[in-house]
Amino acid sequence: MKKNKIFEDIVHGIFLILGLITVGCVVLITIYLIISGLPAIKEIGLINFLFGKQWASTAAEPKFGILPFILTSIYGTSGAIVIGVPIGFFTAVYLSKVANKKVRNIMETSVNLLAGIPSVVYGLVGMLILVPAIRKIFKVPDGASLLAAIIVLAIMILPNIIKVSITSLDAVPKEYEDASYALGASSTETFFRVSVPAAKSGIAAAVVLGVGRAIGEAMAVMMVAGNVANMPSLFQSVRFLTTAVSSEMAYSSPGSLQRNALFSIALVLYIFIMLINATLNFFLKRDKEK
Amino acid sequence: MKKIIRLLTVMLLLLSVLAGCTNKPEEKGSVATDGSTSMSKVIGALGEAFERETGITVTYNATGSGAGISAVLEGRCDIGLASRNLKQEEIDKGLVGTVLAYDGIAIIVHPDNPINDLDLETIGKIYTGEITNWSEIGGEDATIVVIGREAGSGTRDGFEDITKTKDKCVYRQELTSTGDVITTVASNSAAIGYASVASVKDTVKAVTVGGVAPTEENIKNGSYVVQRPFVLVTKKDTKLSDSAQKFFDYMISEKARKIISDTGVVPAN
Repeated sequence: MKKNKIFEDIVHGIFLILGLITVGCVVLITIYLIISGLPAIKEIGLINFLFGKQWASTAAEPKFGILPFILTSIYGTSGAIVIGVPIGFFTAVYLSKVANKKVRNIMETSVNLLAGIPSVVYGLVGMLILVPAIRKIFKVPDGASLLAAIIVLAIMILPNIIKVSITSLDAVPKEYEDASYALGASSTETFFRVSVPAAKSGIAAAVVLGVGRAIGEAMAVMMVAGNVANMPSLFQSVRFLTTAVSSEMAYSSPGSLQRNALFSIALVLYIFIMLINATLNFFLKRDKEK
Repeated sequence: MKKIIRLLTVMLLLLSVLAGCTNKPEEKGSVATDGSTSMSKVIGALGEAFERETGITVTYNATGSGAGISAVLEGRCDIGLASRNLKQEEIDKGLVGTVLAYDGIAIIVHPDNPINDLDLETIGKIYTGEITNWSEIGGEDATIVVIGREAGSGTRDGFEDITKTKDKCVYRQELTSTGDVITTVASNSAAIGYASVASVKDTVKAVTVGGVAPTEENIKNGSYVVQRPFVLVTKKDTKLSDSAQKFFDYMISEKARKIISDTGVVPAN
């Protein structure tokens, strides 16, 4: 009996360690980012850093203003949400409430497949098809632009939005809908007056999740956005927070102000993502309490 | 009791993780190099291969050509790296430059572009935004799409150096790899870009610069001007340490040729 107990305790200990590894990683990354991100902000000045409109990290007189990156990330993500959420939302309503089993199976499989495509593939397809297409359709000299990034991001966040929305729509008790039908409502009225409001915090969580995915994406965006530190405009070449870090990291020399400033950008991005996560938690918690 | 056992297990496991970190490889001497950031790729590849063969570690400090040269002068490193020829005053101070390789940069356009030749000045004007339409230089009526590399890239540094457009370039796209530049130029008939000569493919057209084509031969004899030498800088009358001499000999040996050309530059020897 005693022996058994020791064994149990050992197993619990192992689980505890495995759990601590995850927590440890988060703590380590947070501390590391803060430590390596603060010096450059101190040197450049918080206001100059966050609201400076010019980024020229390797010029003779370097400038480190990341406002173009922040605005690009916000515009790009909002654009992706504006395009992606309606498509994803209606797809989810259709799959959860209207579609028959066979259609739903096929469509859900393809949504899952879409989620599994690596971002570099999205980027490649965007670079070879979307960018030239934008150039031809809108008659601009070059298609690599904020618009291209928005479209790629909108497609990338679709699976997240669809899957989470379906889960929350499926969780709406059938009795609610039956009651609505019994009162003489049509099925469209039932979906939008009963099912969707009942699932709204889940759907909100889906949107926030989409925002998180869009703002953190680097690879695909880097391949279609052009990466010039311009202030954002739809047909201009732009640089996101993520791509600002990844495009210059390889060549910046360790310890230089440029490298430190890249860490500071990462810190800003990290804070953005933390805020998004906090919002997500808020929605999920509210959902649970109900 | 339960808690103590749990704690002990945790500690034991942590210890076993840490135990793996104590073995350090034996030091066999090292070579310090210092200088041009553009040479990081070539020195990195050579250093890695050399280390694998001999066990001597090669350190590389990316400080810039000027800083590398003064580091050699002051004896702070074994071999200095410069991506330009030594100036007369530097030679007078007792430094010797050995050309390791030539970095040729091809100016590429879409294959359908009727332009076949540009001179250095025109290239500079295109990149600084003085010339914005191909029709201004005898091409079709289309806005020139200027493609370049990200800040800090050796190719960008070299290109802007040679065309004297440092910090003045107005790019439409800044891409992070040679491959991306080539793909982008290949898919846009109004684009112009630059890339290492070695990596240019048939999907794009490398224009002649002042009538000279970017061939290996023209780069070596200096007639193709969008190029610069990668120079190893040493002191004339100070002997290199044994390991540094070994690395030096290795770099200019026949064996290193392939490693050097794999990094996209033309070996000098």
